[in-house]
Amino acid sequence: MPDNIAIKVLDVTKRFNGRVVLDAIRLDVIRGQTLVILGGSGSGKSTLLRLMIGNEQADSGRIMIGGKDLRAMNEAELTRYRNNIGVLFQSGALFNSMTIADNVALPLRQHTDLPEHTIAIMVKIKLELMGLREHADKMPAELSGGMKKRAGLARAIALDPKILFYDEPSAGLDPVTSAQIDQLIIDLNRKLGVTSVVVTHEMDSAFRIGDRMVLLDRGKFIVSGTAQELRESTDPLVHQFVYGLTEGPLTDRRRDDGYEHDLLDS
Amino acid sequence: MRAARLPFLAIGQAAIEFLQLVGGVGFLLFDAMRQLRRTLIARRGRRLSWSNLWAQMNRVGIKSIPIVSLVLFCIGAILALQMAPILETFGMISSVADIISVAIFRELGPLVSAIVLTGFAGASIAAELGTMVVSEEVEALEAQAISPIRFLVVPRVLATTIMMICITVVGDLMGIFGGLTVSQIFLGVGYKQYQTRTFDILQLRDFMTGLIKAGVFGVLISALACYLGLSVRGGAQGVGLATTRTVVLTIVALIAVDLLFTAVFYGLGL
Repeated sequence: MPDNIAIKVLDVTKRFNGRVVLDAIRLDVIRGQTLVILGGSGSGKSTLLRLMIGNEQADSGRIMIGGKDLRAMNEAELTRYRNNIGVLFQSGALFNSMTIADNVALPLRQHTDLPEHTIAIMVKIKLELMGLREHADKMPAELSGGMKKRAGLARAIALDPKILFYDEPSAGLDPVTSAQIDQLIIDLNRKLGVTSVVVTHEMDSAFRIGDRMVLLDRGKFIVSGTAQELRESTDPLVHQFVYGLTEGPLTDRRRDDGYEHDLLDS
Repeated sequence: MRAARLPFLAIGQAAIEFLQLVGGVGFLLFDAMRQLRRTLIARRGRRLSWSNLWAQMNRVGIKSIPIVSLVLFCIGAILALQMAPILETFGMISSVADIISVAIFRELGPLVSAIVLTGFAGASIAAELGTMVVSEEVEALEAQAISPIRFLVVPRVLATTIMMICITVVGDLMGIFGGLTVSQIFLGVGYKQYQTRTFDILQLRDFMTGLIKAGVFGVLISALACYLGLSVRGGAQGVGLATTRTVVLTIVALIAVDLLFTAVFYGLGL
């Protein structure tokens, strides 16, 4: 496995109740880059992210981290890998029974021997980076959607991870907050050299942050390339998805789904 | 032919679900025991903190004490009133204290306390953990290499078990007090006579078998609630379903385990 590859996904297949959600997916996450995984609802992109963070296991294929298969890792190796990654979940996934500061402090308390005053300083630094220092003592329920995402991001970077995963970072946010989150992703990537994997279906956000993009459709790999390459693609499915068109293979599929037969049969 | 097979399929399906539940709760408890040892000897950050344990004990137990006290006081009183006519017929009204003390200490104290705690602790644990699954909090713990068993299950099982034993002691005393109150006011059995009869009949083993049952009930309530809470799928509806299942299944399991224990204690002559 070449040195510049942080994660190598090799022919990964995943099924849920017999339904194929990911079908022999292959991709490389290049160190220091931001890879955007695109796809509509039910395309399997969030499942791919869960496989890469080790929260789900592939039915076949391998996910290689530094030359080691994620599925073959023992508890200690998996813990070491997870201490090197940070995950921003779609809802922020903050622990509702803790303050924002305690949420950010949790991974530091659990995985380091740092004294409490050092942890307090580190929490302040992470929260300041996300513009949330004055909200440290608030409970998650008191924060807006955008603030919850930023607090989730502060927790994700608590242990200074080398790889950051984002699940739909701009979902449910207004355009300005969404752009702010995108800027934070770019800053973390450029200033701290973090490798990022972003799962999204929002093209504006994808073009702003992505070095490279992968498009999935119904669990299958469709295309990968830079923003420019995707914009210029002549593949009708890629073209429709990238430009958000109402006519194309993605919508034709809905029309051919046997609706007339279904109506006549009833 | 197909219709004839349906009852067998339903029985088979129910048997599979039962085995899955027993296996799932068994594995969860085994994992919790393994993690408990690590949690107690771990370094500061990962060690089970007393404040966390106390918070859980307070949540699952303290608030249920008045209810358990009231319910067992009433049960003691009801037992006294139910027994009185029969005992009077035989001229043995002072034996009311014997019956109440043995019934409460050995059986009703732990069982009724457990049923009340199922409503308090079981339902609340299942709903809380189910909501945490839905809001991706459990997944976030795993992604941060923090074991949900160590972080969520161990403190809840420990707190529920400790509180269950404490609540049973309070419940036992309140049951005796309920019987005493009725005996004194309505049956003419004096306080001194009731107390003497109670102390004469009760043996340490009656108290201990009740407390052993209480401890096992505490583990059962919390383990079932944690398992069903962490198994939630499908949003708010799933949380509601898990909460209902927790209460129903726990009450059935409590009575089944109680029967088993009583049979074993009877067989051992305890």
